[in-house]
Amino acid sequence: MALKIVKGSIDRMFDKNLQDLVRGIRNHKEDEAKYISTCIDEIKQELKQDNIAVKANAVCKLTYLQMLGYDVSWAAFNIVEVMSSSKFTYKRIGYLAASQCFHESTDVIMLTTNQIRKDLSSPNQYDTGVALTGLSCFVTPDLARDLANDIMTLMSHTKPYIRKKAVLIMYKVFLKYPESLRPAFPRLKEKLEDPDPGVQSAAVNVICELARRNPKNYLSLAPLFFKLMTSSTNNWVLIKIIKLFGALTPLEPRLGKKLIEPLTNLIHSTSAMSLLYECVNTVIAGHDVNGSPFLPPFSLALFLFLRFQLCVQKLRILIEDSDQNLKYLGLLAMSKILKTHPKSVQSHKDLILQCLDDKDESIRLRALDLLYGMVSKKNLMEIVKKLMLHVDKAEGTTYRDELLTKIIDICSQSNYQYITNFEWYISILVELTRLEGTRHGHLIASQMLDVAIRVKAIRVFAVAQMATLLDNAHLMTGNVQRKGICEVLYAAAWICGEFSEHLENPMQTLEAMLRPKVATLPGHIQAVYVQNAAKLFATLLKNQEGNTDRTAAQETSQLMIDRLPLFVQSANLEVQERASCILQLVKYIQKLQQKDVEVAEEVIALFAGELNPVAPKAQKKVPVPEGLDLDAWINEPPSESESEDEQPKAIFAKEEPKHSRARHTEVDEKELAKRREARKQEQANNPFYIKASPSSQKVYQEAPGVEHIPVVQIDLSVPLKVPGLPMSDQYVKLEEERRQKERVEKKKKEKKKRKEKRGGRGKKHDSGPESEEDITPAHMVDIVTEEMPEDKKSSKHKKKKQKREKEEKEKKKKKKHHHHHHHSDGGGEESVQNGTVEEEEPLPVSVCHQSFTEIDIQGNLQDGSQVVVSVIFENKCDNFLKTMEFNVLDSLNSKLQRPEGSGPHDGLSVPFQLPPETRSSGTLRLSVFVIVFPQNEDSSTHEKLDFKLHFTCSSYLITTPCYSDAFAKLLESGDLKCSSVRLEGVNMPFHHLLARICFHHHFSVVERIDSCASMYSRSIQGHHVCLLVKTSGQTVSIDAKCDEPTLLGNVLDEIKQTFSQC
Amino acid sequence: MYKNSINFMLLFSRQGKLRLQKWYVPLSDKERKKISRDLVQTILARKPKMCSFLEWRDLKIVYKRYASLYFCCAVEDQDNELITLEIIHRYVELLDKYFGSVCELDIIFNFEKAYFILDEFLLGGEAQETSKKNVLKAIEQADLLQEEAEAPRSVLEEIGLT
Repeated sequence: MALKIVKGSIDRMFDKNLQDLVRGIRNHKEDEAKYISTCIDEIKQELKQDNIAVKANAVCKLTYLQMLGYDVSWAAFNIVEVMSSSKFTYKRIGYLAASQCFHESTDVIMLTTNQIRKDLSSPNQYDTGVALTGLSCFVTPDLARDLANDIMTLMSHTKPYIRKKAVLIMYKVFLKYPESLRPAFPRLKEKLEDPDPGVQSAAVNVICELARRNPKNYLSLAPLFFKLMTSSTNNWVLIKIIKLFGALTPLEPRLGKKLIEPLTNLIHSTSAMSLLYECVNTVIAGHDVNGSPFLPPFSLALFLFLRFQLCVQKLRILIEDSDQNLKYLGLLAMSKILKTHPKSVQSHKDLILQCLDDKDESIRLRALDLLYGMVSKKNLMEIVKKLMLHVDKAEGTTYRDELLTKIIDICSQSNYQYITNFEWYISILVELTRLEGTRHGHLIASQMLDVAIRVKAIRVFAVAQMATLLDNAHLMTGNVQRKGICEVLYAAAWICGEFSEHLENPMQTLEAMLRPKVATLPGHIQAVYVQNAAKLFATLLKNQEGNTDRTAAQETSQLMIDRLPLFVQSANLEVQERASCILQLVKYIQKLQQKDVEVAEEVIALFAGELNPVAPKAQKKVPVPEGLDLDAWINEPPSESESEDEQPKAIFAKEEPKHSRARHTEVDEKELAKRREARKQEQANNPFYIKASPSSQKVYQEAPGVEHIPVVQIDLSVPLKVPGLPMSDQYVKLEEERRQKERVEKKKKEKKKRKEKRGGRGKKHDSGPESEEDITPAHMVDIVTEEMPEDKKSSKHKKKKQKREKEEKEKKKKKKHHHHHHHSDGGGEESVQNGTVEEEEPLPVSVCHQSFTEIDIQGNLQDGSQVVVSVIFENKCDNFLKTMEFNVLDSLNSKLQRPEGSGPHDGLSVPFQLPPETRSSGTLRLSVFVIVFPQNEDSSTHEKLDFKLHFTCSSYLITTPCYSDAFAKLLESGDLKCSSVRLEGVNMPFHHLLARICFHHHFSVVERIDSCASMYSRSIQGHHVCLLVKTSGQTVSIDAKCDEPTLLGNVLDEIKQTFSQC
Repeated sequence: MYKNSINFMLLFSRQGKLRLQKWYVPLSDKERKKISRDLVQTILARKPKMCSFLEWRDLKIVYKRYASLYFCCAVEDQDNELITLEIIHRYVELLDKYFGSVCELDIIFNFEKAYFILDEFLLGGEAQETSKKNVLKAIEQADLLQEEAEAPRSVLEEIGLT
């Protein structure tokens, strides 16, 4: 034996320890993998030895190798061996290795249960600590189940060091083994008032995390947390508590009112930025939920608003800070406000514009996002001017592209609502074409087309600009890096062709369009060139035939005949086809011209008529021709292979044909745009994503010609200024002047008016800053998104106003309603606790000064006939309640579950005492035999309090998740009975409606498509309940299926009742 | 699915070598490797003057560079970035106190100690001890326990050379 020890020690002397390993790896930088594989071989040898010290050393090295990314799962058993060493030194290493290497699928974890249990109960607190720490990393559902009790005991350990760890790890245990929550919760709650601040903060942590997952169960703790919040000075704890309240307030709006004061105090007093940020965020978020059904009364809303202003002020301080991090967070929080209160953000425009100068790109991008929501007619030009400056300065294409898209987004948002001068906008677009290496040529082009088509007044100007662009096309095509921008030429060529009557010098433009260099452009652009050259040609002929000299017209034809063959040779079919077609046409025209025939009128007829944009929804307004049934099948419907999203529709019989149309229209576009944005964002952040580069355009370059010869391009770093192109800046000034003039004119008019009817109502003091409505756009946009073209005369501003008025009226109505509501619920102060009462609709009866509130009725899944009722007992009097008894008169169908040995009419004694002014919660179990009827439980004992428990059928339902395929199978099985109900006048967003059904009736959403959702729930006795909820306007129709028709009928009645109350 | 304050913590060098990793959410080795590789690349690509936060997948990443080491935490969407930054700083302070002006090599050669300190400071992704003094006391006492066990058993003693 002694010899063995000696031998082991000698071995140890020559073993590599961790330091040697690390050093070795550093010295073998070239052949690291090879070196490590020899090390792993050595480690394998070491693990075979009996000496625990050698083993521990080997395991320690393995842990290091694991971090470097090597697989060490083969050594799991050895790790367990080291964990079970009696020496702390080795145990510590063993647990560390386990916590780094084990995960749920590691099978040896099963072997550790007893060892861990032993360590948990070790007299040495550090043994216990190490075991708890390790467990927190690799706890499995099995371990959680087996050890839950041991850990729970540790929560009351004498050493705070252990208590604190045990409390924290309980959270992990709850996650893995949720059944442990109920028995452990009272003790966890006790820990909130532990004398040791560390344990207390651990308990706060755990409860906050739990409440984040399921806030409604923790409402009853609100008073306790409120006390902690006002007494604690620990910022870490305070932040957690504030977060918790953030989760609770949406469920209990009165809580928000109580919180205002302490939150405001904290905002004013704290020096910790993290705490301040948390408070501000919570107030903002709380302000957000105002849109929800829990709208606070008007006065409260106003009060909140003042606090809200305070938050915005504080955010300003954050943004002004020199610390990048605070700046970033300030902007982040601002963008949350922007969605609900754009006005509050707008007043900080100066600050946000400053952030565009920040050296940190992520801050600049945040500021850009904010700017989008901040523009108005008044400041658009100024903001864009600022952005254009940044475009020039920006280094790095990504940021510059981002700026470019943002400028276009900002200007084009809601149908160019904020643009008052379109000449300015065209100039901006033209200036943007000078950007090098941008990928967004296509975007600019589509804007140019859109504006030129829809704003008629701007065409003359646009055509002139586009002609200049075409003339200088070489600037765009010359440089490889500028390939993306040549898309703009597509728009330029089309505009010049289509509106050629506005051209000043059509001949010059025609020549520009037929230059040989054009053949190097992508095919689709060449095609547009050719086609529009023909349009231009037609216009030219018309002009020239008016003259006495015919030679000019003939020269034009000759020019076409000379240049077009270049395009006829194009490899692009579209270009080839158009070119040869037009070439033949011109040849024919030339023949006629030689005979002195006037052809211009006929040629122009080829391109007569204006192309009008069509609204995406215009099709809807076209009446369906008689005899055409759009819903009828053209072919026999396929029987099996239906697409998935069609299934729920086909199964529920009563489907209105209306829905099929409403489903696909408008929502998709927004949603798609959102997803696209998200994807772009992700791609931008992902360095591995290969971004589309301008060179992807090469596909079009197959045309014959010179570009196969490699030519070195001169890369100009200075943006090129094209002579003759407009500068957008001048418009800013012009616009100012124009507005000034308008204002003066208006004043004049008003003066006149005032003179006419002296003392009339028309008083308007316009000396202050002009309001949004006063700025009239210089050009009108044709709005074609909503209306058919014939409606386009009606100015959108009028519409807007009407809409706004309507909204305001609605708001007022709401406010009134809520005011009323507030009065009816009476003494609000005390009853924070009773928050759920309103929702659940039980009948709390308060006799003497004791109150009794039912908070939750829930079925028990394990036992199909058991229902658990949680109640809160509250002692409102000054006396100490020593014993309480709780009894329910058994009915035919339900029975209180009593401890063994007690008679059928004995009450249950409540297992706690109630000091004055306190509350406590208890649970009682009832056996219910038939669950398909709702029941009323009456109780009347000779004690103090009578109560009634209303057991709705919904309380027998258990929220059960269900996959759509399983759902479909269930519906197809044909065992289910059908029933349906219609609700009228439900005025709430669809997702609120679903949330309400989920919350009150324990359903889960299986699938949701637009305004149609399928939902599922299961009763404790295993009845399936399926719903298909559809909404159109204020009507909600619910088709339901269940294998028990009575239950179904009752559940539907209850749902109906829920919505009749709102 | 699993709500947790801190989902994981990574320490890596300027060269992108991982120096320490602690995962508080159950993920497979493959996922862990992918996440740390992606994240290290993303953070190293950022310019030095940029702010410490970024949005990454559905997580918020909070990182800070201390000398040649990057400390990086991933937290949930609703979590407080500033307090996370404070947690990172607190950990660095702890390392500094323990090793006495810590450098990257200390953490490389004593990586298990760095883990022990982290485990005393954070547990299951939550800060368990906000007092620096208490953390260091616990570590020192545990170390003492270790030395007691080791001290009388120097190798030479064991083979009877002294």
